[in-house]
Amino acid sequence: MSSIVMGIESSCDETGVGLVRLHDDGGVELLADEVASSVEEHARFGGVVPEVASRAHLEAMVPTVRRAFDTAGLRMADVDAIAVTAGPGLAGALLVGVSAAKAYAAALDVPLYGVNHLAGHIAVDTLQHGPLPTSSLALLVSGGHTQLLRIDDIASKITEVGATVDDAAGEAYDKVARVLGLPYPGGPPIDRAAREGDPNAIAFPRGMTGPRDAPFDFSFSGLKTAVARWVEGAQARGEDVPVADVAASFQEAVADVLTAKAVRAATEAGIGTLVISGGVAANSRLAGLAAQRCADAGIELRVPRPRLCTDNGAMIAALGAHLVAAGCPPSPLDLSADPSLPVSTVCL
Amino acid sequence: MLVLAIDTATPAVTAGVVDMERQSVTVLAARVTQDARAHGELLTPHILDAVGRAGVTLRDVAAVVCGVGPGPFTGLRAGIVTAAALAHSLDVPAYPVCSLDAIAADAVTEADSPGPFLVVTDARRREVYWASYDAAGRRTHGPDVAKPADLDSTVRHVAHAHPSPGGLVRVAASAVLDGETPSPLTPLYLRRPDAAVPGERKRVTTP
Ligand SMILES: [Zn+2]
Repeated sequence: MSSIVMGIESSCDETGVGLVRLHDDGGVELLADEVASSVEEHARFGGVVPEVASRAHLEAMVPTVRRAFDTAGLRMADVDAIAVTAGPGLAGALLVGVSAAKAYAAALDVPLYGVNHLAGHIAVDTLQHGPLPTSSLALLVSGGHTQLLRIDDIASKITEVGATVDDAAGEAYDKVARVLGLPYPGGPPIDRAAREGDPNAIAFPRGMTGPRDAPFDFSFSGLKTAVARWVEGAQARGEDVPVADVAASFQEAVADVLTAKAVRAATEAGIGTLVISGGVAANSRLAGLAAQRCADAGIELRVPRPRLCTDNGAMIAALGAHLVAAGCPPSPLDLSADPSLPVSTVCL
Repeated sequence: MLVLAIDTATPAVTAGVVDMERQSVTVLAARVTQDARAHGELLTPHILDAVGRAGVTLRDVAAVVCGVGPGPFTGLRAGIVTAAALAHSLDVPAYPVCSLDAIAADAVTEADSPGPFLVVTDARRREVYWASYDAAGRRTHGPDVAKPADLDSTVRHVAHAHPSPGGLVRVAASAVLDGETPSPLTPLYLRRPDAAVPGERKRVTTP
């Protein structure tokens, strides 16, 4: 007998509700993936404003749940389990999703799983590419996260291999976009501008790649400053800033470090599968360079389609389905959201 | 008819099951905890506890009444989204109530010396949420946010209070009994989000 899992996501600026069907063979099928985004409300602030995001979550929560059930053609009574992002994320934003999920679980009398957002970003890949092999490596890149993770069991065993020591990769994109006068969020406009530019025009620094640096950690703060310094220098000399070349060279520095470290981590651990997920996974240069380097190293590369890579409820529903399949105990209804939930805790 | 009452606009986490008839409001079970940081954690457990002690189930509930503030934002949202999700999944209406009105309803019921009064709750940042009421508990001004020193000191202040399940349901009673279409559960924030549009980008080099 298959079961239906609802997933609720509200850790940042997207209100996401997903519905999946867990089949007897452990396969997970996507039935609905509805997202309401407040990204446009944050644009003029140049970054996510927590209170604005929380207000938007409250307005969008129930309508988004309704849309998901309409899309899937299901009734509320069909739900067998509910998963919700318990962390990491913005405290006030998480609270909206967790409170809603508890109420749905109580009213429908079904188990509740308070789950890890980062694990959801990886679990979502199984909706597109099927079960993960016993061990795989995941590179998680977005406006909020930049992490290398080893996945031995998506339901129970995730280990951090490396992480950014300062800015997330997506944050660096936003800041560089601002330097170049491009809109927020910075990922898509920089990617577009870079297509016309020369990635080798400017040698921007590759952070944390020295012999004494932690081999799998990242740093993008120095890169961001280097770009600003370069642009200001050109402006001071009265030159036109070659936006396309700066964008391409910046993007090359980001993609180079991310893929080099990911491929090396997989190779050293003898892991044959790399998953790249998170909003920045849609970046064309990151995807292209990862494909090339994985092919060279004999590593299978899995990148979920862009819609699944960004924050959504489907990823939380998918993770919930894996927890149900693994027989994990549900969370108590007095569960608290944990804004700094460590990635090793898949379910609270 | 059985009504579930919820409020998280004050440090209290409030849930109760109320039996309501035309002439009477009877609280069957209530669960209230004072903890400004635990609204998200405790509200649903409190609801289930109240429902259990009332000897009913959530499916017996015919309507939800929810305090929509004013109150500190984060806690306030926990109550409102809980009410909205319960109403959705139980397929019952959810009625918004100004939380200060619910406190006023209790004040009128309990007071020995009625007269105009203010209801005042903590808005943090050295400010208060307030509304004024006539002797019958009808709101005359507010709700609004102000410095305590700016409040009318000539009338009685009802402070340090939280809405009770009975008070919440009394405020919504006629709407619930008449089966009115509820208005949306819109929070009474009374303040804009703290957010500044960034100015000129700071240079990293000195010109
Ligand atoms: Zn994310």
